[in-house]
Amino acid sequence: MSGVSNDDSHDHSQRYVISATNLTKKYGDFTAVDDISFHVPAGESFGLLGPNGAGKSTTMRMIGGVSQRTSGSLSIMGLDPEQHGPEVRAHLGVVPQQDNLDEELKVRDNLLVYGRYFGLPMSYLKPRADELLEFAQLTDKAKAKVDALSGGMKRRLTIARSLINEPSILLLDEPTTGLDPQARHILWDRLFRLKEAGTTLILTTHYMDEAEQLCDRLIVVDKGRIMAEGSPASLIREYSTREVLELRFGSERNATVGAELEGIGERLETLPDRVLVYAHDGEAALEQVHARGLHPLTSLVRRSSLEDVFLRLTGRSLVD
Amino acid sequence: MSVMTAGRSVTEAARSRTFGPLYSRNVRAVVARGLMATKSSNWMVMLSGFFEPVLYLISMGVGLGAIVGTVQGPGGTVISYAAYIAPALLAVSAMNGAVYDSTWNVFFKMNFAKLYQGMLYTSLGPLDVALGEILLALLRGLMYATGFTAVMGVMGLITTPWAVLMIPASVLIAFGFASFGMGITSFMKTFQQMDWINFVMLPMFLFSATFYPLSVYPTYIQWLIQAMPLWHGVELLREISVGSFSTATALHVLYYLVMIALGMILTTGRLRRLFLR
Ligand SMILES: Nc1ncnc2c1ncn2[C@@H]1O[C@H](COP(=O)(O)OP(=O)(O)OP(=O)(O)O)[C@@H](O)[C@H]1O
Ligand SMILES: [Mg+2]
Repeated sequence: MSGVSNDDSHDHSQRYVISATNLTKKYGDFTAVDDISFHVPAGESFGLLGPNGAGKSTTMRMIGGVSQRTSGSLSIMGLDPEQHGPEVRAHLGVVPQQDNLDEELKVRDNLLVYGRYFGLPMSYLKPRADELLEFAQLTDKAKAKVDALSGGMKRRLTIARSLINEPSILLLDEPTTGLDPQARHILWDRLFRLKEAGTTLILTTHYMDEAEQLCDRLIVVDKGRIMAEGSPASLIREYSTREVLELRFGSERNATVGAELEGIGERLETLPDRVLVYAHDGEAALEQVHARGLHPLTSLVRRSSLEDVFLRLTGRSLVD
Repeated sequence: MSVMTAGRSVTEAARSRTFGPLYSRNVRAVVARGLMATKSSNWMVMLSGFFEPVLYLISMGVGLGAIVGTVQGPGGTVISYAAYIAPALLAVSAMNGAVYDSTWNVFFKMNFAKLYQGMLYTSLGPLDVALGEILLALLRGLMYATGFTAVMGVMGLITTPWAVLMIPASVLIAFGFASFGMGITSFMKTFQQMDWINFVMLPMFLFSATFYPLSVYPTYIQWLIQAMPLWHGVELLREISVGSFSTATALHVLYYLVMIALGMILTTGRLRRLFLR
């Protein structure tokens, strides 16, 4: 997938709505995004997964043309966002990691004014704003000031705002952070519908269940580099075992007991609060643990998830 | 689901407009937003911008004027001290307002309120945002200048209908400072650096023949002050206020036209640095 040379980028722009080749962003000496390449076909739901500081938001900003890349090439719907910023962004809907609502305007006015930035007429915007308020469950807050909203409400308004221009590509930077479980499931449902209607979704998230639910394909990034690329299922197959046995021996013993578990399962991962045994058959592995005279305080067999892929690739846990 | 598909044709039409690389010909939306925000903004801040020069005029013009008496205005006309400093105060207020709006205000909205981040994620380009903000600053300047000129009238400091031209001339002065100010802001990274702006503005305010004629200075200082923009603004408004025009008047106007042109070249050249870091 990676290592695509520059000369066939024209060909790529035909098939892909987003095409990044050797994309790099430096802040002074520091390299935030380090030579990454990926290509997203229309209608795909594409995820960027990575720990804090991996360069996900920086990549999103370059796609939107609001941050200038240091090198590499980038094409959004066949256009370079740096050279055609306004034209590219006319197709985009953006949910930035940090809400940047207009605090000086009321809730509904936020939607109207934002729509005006896209050059949309009021006759279209007024009913559209009301629909989106309904969608964000903020109809009764329409006349409220933005700073009177709760964090989750602001998030929902930001998401509603991103849909005002019926974008063909939706950039979602940790969209559900701060949402309660119900609001999150409603959003997932809406995103599914948008996807069905042909919208391309680019998504970063720290929630593995969200990535597994929403992403057709994703890249795992760490320190600005791509560590792996594939569908959630294929990544789990490639980088983890079918099942995982989670053992807790108490925070004192987790570290020391690792040596005694050597040889059980295919791989061990010792974390501060638990030991993970990667095995095809978790129950069988647990029997082996017991056979060695080890008695964890708690044990749990579960299926492998992206969390495990992430741990394997970055050496870090994603839960935060 | 209607939320997802309603009005497809309208959004398609909006997308098929012609765009420039940094411009979407939609300054209007930025101005409209500014006006809407003004409705809910702090009226005290707005009013203080109006009252500041008025207070100066009353305290210095009326208070100090009682001691000073009359002075010689442009073209040798004898005028009251208040009538002498009033146009200068108007020029200073045009400068202060424009500089504040194009530097501190832009810097704050860029780095703290994150207002521009939101705007720039739409099809607006940096040039739409810059022009919109400058236009808003000029609108505000126009309001203040009109108010101040009215106060001058009430105080009996206006003796010729030409004085009405001080209003558009103030807008010209504001445009000169705003176009430059925004370009300069693109070089600023911290609040400490922003303070340098005041460091330049205060001496300009005090020494640009605002309160007394330039002739009190030695020649080389006079030259220095005459190179500065505020002096040209002060002189321009002073000449207009008494309706005494000469080639100097045209030169002052020309100074500002050049300043606006250079400022706009600087600002547009620095747009990527200012907005797209
Ligand atoms: N404007 C900036 N100036 C300097 N460094 C920056 C800037 N923006 C981001 N960085 C650095 O670039 C790196 C990547 O940042 P980025 O925000 O893209 O990470 P991220 O993957 O989105 O992380 P998170 O999960 O915490 O949101 C970080 O080390 C960050 O410190
Ligand atoms: Mg981020």
